[in-house]
Amino acid sequence: MAEYKEILLTSDEIKTDDYLVNMGPQHPSTHGVLRLLVQLEGEKVLNVQPHIGYIHSGIEKMTESLSYIQIPHLTDRMDYLAAHMNNEAVSLCVEKGLQVEVPERAKYIRTIFDELQRIASHQLWWCAFGMDMGALTTFFYGLRDREDILDIFEETCGARLTLNYSVPGGVMFDIHPNFQRDVKAFIKKFRKKLPEYERLLTGNVIFQERTKGVGILTKEEAIAYGVTGPSARASGFSCDIRKKQPYSAYPYIKFNEIMGTDGDTFTRYHLRILEMFESMNIIEQLIDNIPEGDYAVKMKGVTKLPEGEYYQRVETGRGEFGVYIISDGKKNPYRMKFRSPGFSNLFAINNIAKGWKIADLVAIMGTFDLVIPDIDR
Amino acid sequence: MAFNIYDFTPLTKSIHDALAASLNPTATLAIEWLIVGVAYLLFVALFGLFLVYAERKVCAAFQQRLGPMRVGPWGLLQTIADFIKLLMKELITPKRADVFLYNLAPFIVIIASFMAISVVPFAPGLAAFDFDIGVFFVTAVSSISVIGVLLAGWSSNNKYSLIGAMRSGAQIVSYELSVGLALITMIIFAGTMQISGIIEGQRDLWFIFRGHVPAVIAFIVFIIAGTAETNRGPFDLAEAESELTAGFHTEYSGIKFAFFFLAEYINMFIVAAMATVVFLGGWMPLHFGQFEAFNGVMDFIPGLVWFFLKVFAVIFLMMWFKWTFPRLRVDHILNLEWKYLLPINLMNIILMTLVVLFGLHF
Repeated sequence: MAEYKEILLTSDEIKTDDYLVNMGPQHPSTHGVLRLLVQLEGEKVLNVQPHIGYIHSGIEKMTESLSYIQIPHLTDRMDYLAAHMNNEAVSLCVEKGLQVEVPERAKYIRTIFDELQRIASHQLWWCAFGMDMGALTTFFYGLRDREDILDIFEETCGARLTLNYSVPGGVMFDIHPNFQRDVKAFIKKFRKKLPEYERLLTGNVIFQERTKGVGILTKEEAIAYGVTGPSARASGFSCDIRKKQPYSAYPYIKFNEIMGTDGDTFTRYHLRILEMFESMNIIEQLIDNIPEGDYAVKMKGVTKLPEGEYYQRVETGRGEFGVYIISDGKKNPYRMKFRSPGFSNLFAINNIAKGWKIADLVAIMGTFDLVIPDIDR
Repeated sequence: MAFNIYDFTPLTKSIHDALAASLNPTATLAIEWLIVGVAYLLFVALFGLFLVYAERKVCAAFQQRLGPMRVGPWGLLQTIADFIKLLMKELITPKRADVFLYNLAPFIVIIASFMAISVVPFAPGLAAFDFDIGVFFVTAVSSISVIGVLLAGWSSNNKYSLIGAMRSGAQIVSYELSVGLALITMIIFAGTMQISGIIEGQRDLWFIFRGHVPAVIAFIVFIIAGTAETNRGPFDLAEAESELTAGFHTEYSGIKFAFFFLAEYINMFIVAAMATVVFLGGWMPLHFGQFEAFNGVMDFIPGLVWFFLKVFAVIFLMMWFKWTFPRLRVDHILNLEWKYLLPINLMNIILMTLVVLFGLHF
């Protein structure tokens, strides 16, 4: 029982009115296999200690025995809500190492898929968040529209969630002939639906009472913990990689980086809704202008990256997803490390949940939008 | 037997006469109690089944899907299948649980619900008891269920259950005040606590229309407080599945869980029935004072049907709340009661008293 002793707070005598509650690994709110050891005093949270590793699959180790062309197919499963962005990150890193220039068509396609996946990821986050708050209907509304996006993915890539689409050199197949038509139809429909969904929760007094001012993450804390993505932008930390270090087709388009100032749960929630609107704007700018040409550069099956270290970051729905490759000139990487946004975001929760109640802990965890396989890899 | 759908008094009278003619008074009373008891048991069981099915269908409609469709035509036999499953489950008692209290808790909860149902007037002449403190009796008796909830949480030997039970206990005890005060407002208006008297007073127009402003405020407060009383809707902290598994009834399985489950739906029925009796006229059809033709048409529909229609309307409203709003946190719940509903209630009582004193009602 050493671990329990470790997290009891600093006073010398044993406090008898605190108790430890285990949330997870199987729990409806932790969105995956995450175990939270919560030290409670009545309803108040004193300390939250996350225990991860329940879904560790050894992906980083596996990459050491695969060739660079095989690795992107494995990365779908890490952050499954940003599967394409994972693929893209690895592909971009390898292309950086090999100094390969991807055709314009592939860049546009990759970015459109990125943004579609961002919308799908934020929709899933929204429906699960509503469900955690108790508004059980949001779950069904969110999933319903996500189905349209998943159908678009299925037409082109063959899979709904683990897209397996970007490879070093470009994308695996050309887009389906119906792709542009379907995406335009979806955006038209979704533009009308999203304000309705927003009205369901954003203006609701009960929801605002539960989220405004709750779990404030200051900008200094966000930078110190390495929190990135919408969770950090809500605190005023400007960290959108699509703006700071644009990749793929992002240099060609104009969009806003959505920022907030309060850093509370409500801001984090509202920011993601606004990001969905922004994503739709981005897609609209790109969808009609996909250049003709090849969709990929021909790559050899077995490629050797020159010796050295390469890092590439992309902006997923959770934050900065980074791929770090150390290569020693052979056909497998010497070491591949994934910088997962969930990992940094998760460990910031202890600090901001202290003093709030259990219900607030659920709300705070919801707004960080954690995907556990991303944390555990 | 004179079976008149509009008034059940001749029917009950003829049964009583038939029994009294052949048996001594004690035996007559005993057999009548038996008949009423069985009738109520059947009603509670069937209505509970129906309410669970209705909830699933209504919930599905809000979520743009169909709900149970496979078990029986349109899924009508779904709840029966669920209850058979619950009956067949193993009754697991947690280790080191307080066995006597653990077994007693569901019974207390269901007994409280049964007692409260006994005064509900389904139709003219179809109420088991007609006390002269009818409305007060319902409030008093439904308070007993708090004991059951607290016992369930305590005796389960489970931290989650304990947290859930304490939250629930605090909530129910607080909102009973609002429920009671909202009812008192209408008792002031009606002038009597006897349920049949209250219904008679609504012969010309339902109280919610007669008592305009204070009655509407009391209705809104009653619906909010009643939903909180039954641990439903936005006030379902006690069984917040996404936070503490199932709250105070986590450790119950099988028939004991079925009791808690049933008691929740019957409580919802009781709240709806009280709202109907005190605000919407009970079994009294909608009459508009002097319009004889309109009243005649309204009278054509039997009181029994009116009662159930009104109860379903209120129950639908309560279900609507549950599937739309997010959940309130426990301190918000208590805040709402003590800082908002209670002062509103007290001021409403004063307002109603003035309205009655100066005759400022229809």
